[in-house]
Amino acid sequence: MHGYEFYVDPSRCIGCQSCVEACAECETHRGKSMINFDFIDRRGTTATAAYVCWHCDEPTCAMVCPADAIKKGDDGIVQSSLKPRCIGCSNCVLACPFGIPKIFPEYEQMMKCDMCYDRTSIGKKPMCATVCPSQALSYVRPEEVTKRREKPTNVFQFGKQKIITRVYMMVPAETEAVSLDVLDYMWEESYVVFAQPQ
Amino acid sequence: MAKVPVSPESLLDRFGPHPAYTPPGGWQDESRNPAERLVKTHCCFCGQQCGIQLKVRGNQVIGFEPWEEFPFNHGMLCPKGVKRYMQGGHPDRLLDPLLRTASGFRTATWDESLDFTARRLRETQAKYGKDSVAIYGGASLISEKSYLLGKFARVALGTRHIDYNGRLCMVSAGTAYKLAFGVDRSPLPWADILKAQVVLVAGANVAECAPITTDYLWRCRDAGGKLIIVDPRMTPICRNADMYLPVRPGTDLALYMGLLHVILRDNLERRDFIAQRTTGFEQVAESVRDWDPRTVAEKTGVPPESIERAAHLFAKADRAIALHARGVEHQSKGVENCLALINLCLATGNIGREGAGCAMITGQGNGQGGREHGQKCDQLPGQRSIKDPEARAHTAKVWGISPEEIPQAGYSAVEIMEAIHRGEIKALLSCCFNPLVSLPDAKFTQEALEKLEFFGVVDFFMSETAHHADVVLAGSLQEEEEGIGCTNEGRVIHIQKAVDPPGNAKGDSWIYCELARRLEKGQYFPYTSTREIYDELREASRGGHADYYGITYEKIDKNMGIFWPCPTLDHPGTPRLFEDGRSFHPDGKHHFVVTEWRESGDPVSAEFPIYLTTGRVVSQYLSGTQTRRIGGLLDLYPNPLLEIHPRLAEQYQLKDGDWVTVTSRRNEVTLQAMVVKTIRPDTVFIPYHWAGKRSANRLTHRTLDPRSKIPEFKVSACQLRKADGPPDWALSLSGKAPQPGKGRA
Repeated sequence: MHGYEFYVDPSRCIGCQSCVEACAECETHRGKSMINFDFIDRRGTTATAAYVCWHCDEPTCAMVCPADAIKKGDDGIVQSSLKPRCIGCSNCVLACPFGIPKIFPEYEQMMKCDMCYDRTSIGKKPMCATVCPSQALSYVRPEEVTKRREKPTNVFQFGKQKIITRVYMMVPAETEAVSLDVLDYMWEESYVVFAQPQ
Repeated sequence: MAKVPVSPESLLDRFGPHPAYTPPGGWQDESRNPAERLVKTHCCFCGQQCGIQLKVRGNQVIGFEPWEEFPFNHGMLCPKGVKRYMQGGHPDRLLDPLLRTASGFRTATWDESLDFTARRLRETQAKYGKDSVAIYGGASLISEKSYLLGKFARVALGTRHIDYNGRLCMVSAGTAYKLAFGVDRSPLPWADILKAQVVLVAGANVAECAPITTDYLWRCRDAGGKLIIVDPRMTPICRNADMYLPVRPGTDLALYMGLLHVILRDNLERRDFIAQRTTGFEQVAESVRDWDPRTVAEKTGVPPESIERAAHLFAKADRAIALHARGVEHQSKGVENCLALINLCLATGNIGREGAGCAMITGQGNGQGGREHGQKCDQLPGQRSIKDPEARAHTAKVWGISPEEIPQAGYSAVEIMEAIHRGEIKALLSCCFNPLVSLPDAKFTQEALEKLEFFGVVDFFMSETAHHADVVLAGSLQEEEEGIGCTNEGRVIHIQKAVDPPGNAKGDSWIYCELARRLEKGQYFPYTSTREIYDELREASRGGHADYYGITYEKIDKNMGIFWPCPTLDHPGTPRLFEDGRSFHPDGKHHFVVTEWRESGDPVSAEFPIYLTTGRVVSQYLSGTQTRRIGGLLDLYPNPLLEIHPRLAEQYQLKDGDWVTVTSRRNEVTLQAMVVKTIRPDTVFIPYHWAGKRSANRLTHRTLDPRSKIPEFKVSACQLRKADGPPDWALSLSGKAPQPGKGRA
């Protein structure tokens, strides 16, 4: 849908898994949910996270695919693997820094969130973002999220790999990019050298 | 005789609950064919009754599509709403009436089963008197059916005893609002939550039991609103709360009296408002005098500083809202708890204007509408009192009988079961109610059911309670009859008929009318459609507090719901009550009502030292009769778990996943521990949606609130013992113990 963006906000997730159930209703992957859902640490907290594919500008999954089966469309959406090409090798599953792709052995294919191409192409919101009761997944115009306490970012740093994504993560207002690796916070420029065996 | 005819296992084998994982026709087959129609209607699970579109092909609901234009939920749904469509074509669905035999149940014709039912009801009344027969109704029924049941009990049977499962849900709030405001409805539309500066959420697990309300709370926060959450468990919404007050089970009243104490001590009350709009302030002020923060902290376990700060936050806001649900209402002082919250709102001038007030979060689908039109033991349609001579005269006129023929008030739901147990009530007709799972003290309920001389059930699935029935009349789902509901906002909505009941199942309303005809009262039940019943309901409610006269199906469709009261056809409805400053009491004032501290009916002791509290999980609805059959939902939380704090678990040497036996003064259950830091260490929690040996209600007690007659589900005393291994119920499920872990909310 033109002018709409996808925002993920785990801080608002209530763990209801409505997205998980609704995704499985899709016409293109009936009965299979493409939502990634986690209880973060149920012993310590009710915190949960539901997320979709982040649809990277330069998708790692596509880069590592030996069969050239993963394509990104002009709309920036990274599709499930092309069935005639996919060899089910799981390279994409291992390589994706977000842990998104899944291999479905019964289909001999990698399938993942395609941001409800069937819906967004006809002016509807993705199913998960439509049903989500808590704004943990939302598909709205950017001006809508400016009313929120958090702000969006789509820059993720995984060590030296900087990833810009189509989907935004809502983060605390002072955050510029999401970095998940201690290396990004280290001062040493040549840390890789230190890690080399003598 | 209402003993289960054969072993429960063989009945479970035949009738389920069997979890269904695929829609009718399978994921890859018939259900892929496109829908022929999209029916704009509402979810059947929970009092919010979200708008939803059902996909229909032929006479089958095959899926859903969000209804984004509906103003309450804008297409949002919880997982129950997403999967609700899987009931109609479910393999467990009852497709024929069933008559009990020595070896189980056999299918029967409608004539045979209805004749039998009517004959047994007549015989029982002839032998033991009119009041020896009772009716149980359900708050998940559309309002037309609830109305019809009330009329059926009083006109066709002439019994005093009709009550409904909303007695386990909304009656404490309803009683309190009637005492304070003269009317039983949340006084504000949910859009008001967005305008509040402070929202106090009292005993309401919003994320799991009213998930869409989360969206309102988060938007309130985005606008700068502050959230105060009171709960013995850190429920998911607590993560974003500004204050979390971990109240000890059963002590909520002390906390709210303490908040008022601080407000009055610090002169934060709104004197003008109190003087102009209320009565009874001085007595209430006197009653909270001794409840200083220190005393309250000792009672509740909430730190004195938190009490001070919460009171200041609430009182200093221009617009504050107190939202409450079963946490405070399921107590033997449930009415007091609600009144204490109302007193807080009145003292701070928070009522009758945008963004301010108190509101109850109604639990059951049509929990609001289902209690307004006559299936409560003490009410006639339009929220009229059955004791009121004018109300009796009005209703009698609409029904075409004399006022004397309307019986007086009967027993409430738990009292009916107790009267069955002591042999006073001999026959029961139960519609859309599963008391064996939902009433407290399940062993007592089972003993009572076994004493019934006749037990008839109207339902669409074979509930565990229905195992005891002499006859099971295969009824209809919500989407199989047209009608109305009323949401937790007071918004009257239109439930569309999407399909006909499958097989030989029938609409519930047809069943009651046919029974009435066989009881020789057919002339009072001449309806050929639920629309005709609704038109009579509108007339019956006319002039009452819940006045529906001006609400038609067409008007609802045009306006996406109409808020009652709506006395005339050109009236726009009333989204917010008391805007003119007047309550529904004859004096027009809001009434402060004094609340008095009482201990719980099942106090903790040296022998039973731990608090037990029960509630819901997001993937299940009430007694689970519907949602335990939907595989996708069941898998999210397959079996009840015991939530326990690591500190308490350590005392009993329990690790996550260990089997533990919980014993109360009634009975015991053995289930797996879920060790979490999100619950008070003196309290354990069990969700109640399961039957048999997994039923949390084996442990709960029958102490009732003296006014609302609600059971005290939220406070029992228990002891814990580490079990040697999985109990029978777990071993029989699949030959091995279920594993907790994935999918635990």
